[in-house]
Amino acid sequence: MKAFLSIIRRDIKLATSSFGDMLTLVLFFIMIGVIVPIAIGPDKNLLASIAPGVIWIAAFLSSLLALDKMFRQDFDDGSLLAMRHASISFEAIVFAKLIAHWLTSILPLIIATPMLALMLNMNTQILIYTIISLLVGTPALISFGAVGAAITVSLRRGGLIAPVLILPLSLPILIFGVSAIKLGTGAGTQSAALLILGAISLITVAFTPFASALALKLTQE
Amino acid sequence: MPNKEAYSSQQLNVSKLSLIRSERLILSDVNFSAKSGSGIFLRGDNGVGKTTLLMAIAGYLHIGAGKITWGTDNNEEENSLIENLHFIAHQDAIKPTLSLKENLMFWCSLYGGAPEKVIDALKIVGLSHAIDFEAGLLSAGQKKRLSLARLLVANRALWLLDEPTSSLDKQGDELVVSLIDNHLERGGIAIIATHLDLNIKNAKTLILEKANQYGEIA
Repeated sequence: MKAFLSIIRRDIKLATSSFGDMLTLVLFFIMIGVIVPIAIGPDKNLLASIAPGVIWIAAFLSSLLALDKMFRQDFDDGSLLAMRHASISFEAIVFAKLIAHWLTSILPLIIATPMLALMLNMNTQILIYTIISLLVGTPALISFGAVGAAITVSLRRGGLIAPVLILPLSLPILIFGVSAIKLGTGAGTQSAALLILGAISLITVAFTPFASALALKLTQE
Repeated sequence: MPNKEAYSSQQLNVSKLSLIRSERLILSDVNFSAKSGSGIFLRGDNGVGKTTLLMAIAGYLHIGAGKITWGTDNNEEENSLIENLHFIAHQDAIKPTLSLKENLMFWCSLYGGAPEKVIDALKIVGLSHAIDFEAGLLSAGQKKRLSLARLLVANRALWLLDEPTSSLDKQGDELVVSLIDNHLERGGIAIIATHLDLNIKNAKTLILEKANQYGEIA
């Protein structure tokens, strides 16, 4: 457990020491929220109705942008190899890195969501639903991302391959994520969507550490 | 203050080992064994497969044929090897934005070592004056010393060292020798890939020869 926590602590420290990267990510996320109202026009009702989708698109794209960071540096400087003979299993290490990645790359986006809500004319109720939907759905998003990142970590210019690999897997997350926000279909459907989203997250978070660890082991051969 | 804790008696056996990477036969029919307290120098031309052999012993590679076993004579536990080894590779595994202490503290907790060993380890490798410096400020030789300090934060019986003296100065070479000597005296095992003639008392030499890479196993 101590080893597990020390990985999370180290990764958070490393992420905060390159604060610029974190800020870039949040700015990119907000930028999408700034561009959409300008491109669509000032129709408040239209903006409010597409807002949940826009926020999920922004979160999805930003998470793709951060993917490469997950294993790249540790792979390049040999840390990943040195982690192979740690006192905890390599799968547990990958899981710890997944948690740290969520805390440093996704949580800042969720914290910045109210700013996007302002740009997109969302009311408070929808904003709360949005944040809940993001909290429940993004673990699945980065879990698939972790597998993609692990597979492509040895490719020098693999920047866009991982997103293309995980795009089809991520579609259900987007579908249920957006429907978990939308109110129009009635409260029952909304909570059902949220539950399915939660189920997807739990399943993917449970199996991706094994898949990512296997992919990383194979690239190190 | 050198560590005096003794390791339990273990033996590493490598028999008829063949290694294949990217569909090329790198090494074939490698045989050796190392008992507690003995070291083995791996020698051979560049590209002959010294690093590959070390990685295979560490369990990172798929083994083509043969066997690597670890344990006491009558009780060979193959799986426990990975938690009983240190592997110092070419890459330093150092994070430039963390301090020396933070870097080493991380590996210490990851390898299940005692935190109070960290400062001692930095002293032994000669970096005690720079404990709170960012590791990015270190020279190549100092980075190597910091990597070597990983050996000291957790007690592990098998050391796999890949060119441990690269970019080190004369005193650095002597440091490596004294670290290995101390490790062997305590009953550890060290396998060292190097081109230098390190003066280690209890060490044999294994010369690796190129396998017939495109043909059959010789």
